[in-house]
Amino acid sequence: MIRFLTQVGLYFQFLKKVFSKPEKASVYYRQTMTEFVSLGLTSVGIISIVSFFMGAVITLQTAYNTENPIYPTYLIGLGCRDSIILEFSSTVAALILAGKVGSNIAGEIGTMRVTEQIDALEIMGINSASYLVLPKIIATLLFNPILTLISISIGIFGGWAAGTLSGVVTSENFIYGIQYAFIPYYITYSLIKTLFFAFIITSVSSFQGYYVNGGSLEVGRSSTKAVVYSSVLILMFNVILTQLLLS
Amino acid sequence: MIRVKNLDKAFYGKSVLTDISVEFEPGITTLIIGQSGSGKTVLLKSIVGLYDIDKGEIWYEDTLFNKLAFADKKKIRSEIGMLFQGSALFDSLTVEQNVRFPLDMFTEKSPEEKSDRLNFCLKRVNIINANSLFPSELSGGMKKRVAIARAISLNPKYLFCDEPNSGLDPVTAIVIDELIRELTEEYSMTTIVNTHDMNSVMEIGEKIVFISEGRKCWEGDKNEVLNSDCKPLNDFVFANSLAKKIKADAG
Ligand SMILES: Nc1ncnc2c1ncn2[C@@H]1O[C@H](COP(=O)(O)OP(=O)(O)O)[C@@H](O)[C@H]1O
Ligand SMILES: [Mg+2]
Repeated sequence: MIRFLTQVGLYFQFLKKVFSKPEKASVYYRQTMTEFVSLGLTSVGIISIVSFFMGAVITLQTAYNTENPIYPTYLIGLGCRDSIILEFSSTVAALILAGKVGSNIAGEIGTMRVTEQIDALEIMGINSASYLVLPKIIATLLFNPILTLISISIGIFGGWAAGTLSGVVTSENFIYGIQYAFIPYYITYSLIKTLFFAFIITSVSSFQGYYVNGGSLEVGRSSTKAVVYSSVLILMFNVILTQLLLS
Repeated sequence: MIRVKNLDKAFYGKSVLTDISVEFEPGITTLIIGQSGSGKTVLLKSIVGLYDIDKGEIWYEDTLFNKLAFADKKKIRSEIGMLFQGSALFDSLTVEQNVRFPLDMFTEKSPEEKSDRLNFCLKRVNIINANSLFPSELSGGMKKRVAIARAISLNPKYLFCDEPNSGLDPVTAIVIDELIRELTEEYSMTTIVNTHDMNSVMEIGEKIVFISEGRKCWEGDKNEVLNSDCKPLNDFVFANSLAKKIKADAG
């Protein structure tokens, strides 16, 4: 318990270091652009594929669980839309990103720690926490909402494809369903969650990597911890945010 | 001139350095020697402020360095170049970008001036036609030389080297040692080199500080190092059979 509290304290100290004044804005700008590509663009593929199939399976599940003539089939479209927007594209996608981006960040920063690259930055008088982590946080905060929107679109498209190809719902009914009783606030809710999750993934994983002590074995361990801790925090904050935003 | 006074450093209650006092003069390469685990790296990193010390004083000229805040340390750090044991080149940057990095961060030079400076530094350490290679494409000796180029790119007053020739073959090791000594004289730097390599000691040991189990045991030059009456130093110096044989023949 004491160790847990020490870690939490250290984490907030780390954040303070991350958010202190940048050394040279132009360099940070360049770093952020690089991180855009390495943390954001490279995730578009996986998010698209996963979203497509999840949309498809959600549609089929909804269809087979409501095989009752009194339910109109357009409700399948509605169910697919709401599941995707409310939970899948924010929370499940964040868990997938925690696996991909989180382990990547912890591995990269952890390696820099054990190979003394972080010491090399510090010795030059550079605030290494800020230099390494701030661009990643900015990049993911800006890019993950885009990923969420991509995920929503492709997820719903996947639902449409599965629904019409399998014949459980007609194209017209599905499209009617996804427009029926649409609450735009759900998108806002989904994007707000995404922002929190992006911050959790990036800061927790950076924190794990930054304080690695030892060698490559510990770097590997820090990657695992990054994924596990961010995932648990994402699920916890999902409950808290849902209560705050939807109640 | 760097002066260390009565330095103590412990990790989690386990003492690593005890009561170390030593001075380092400009234009001279001071070697810190000692067995693996004796505390050389911790001493070096304490002097540059990567570790906070528990007791003692570290003076850079007339500035009490260890009491400064992070922002104030910056000024002195801009005068420090450091060569790490594993070179610590930035993996994601090319050779050229590595050497340019400090110039980008701390100078307002034009791109041409930066290029001139970085090429000058690379040439000085004999790295030619490798500007666009990544660290993973370099040999151990080349990495060290690029790291030296990066360390001297801002014309430092102080140069710190942690085991500059560990992992290198004896010939390359001597090239690196010589390079460090030459640069030290050329730019009148205050240079501190950690090593456990007796070849370096005999090659460039103008001033040698011997550390054993976190304490300074002995100080002298390479001529004195073979004839000291310090027992741990003799054990260290004559650890290998070649050295023992030479001593036996001489004695
Ligand atoms: N960050 C650290 N945390 C705890 N102990 C450390 C740390 N760094 C070094 N030590 C301990 O300090 C002692 C000296 O280490 P070091 O200075 O690396 O020796 P060397 O002379 O080989 O460079 C070793 O016993 C090592 O275990
Ligand atoms: Mg060492």
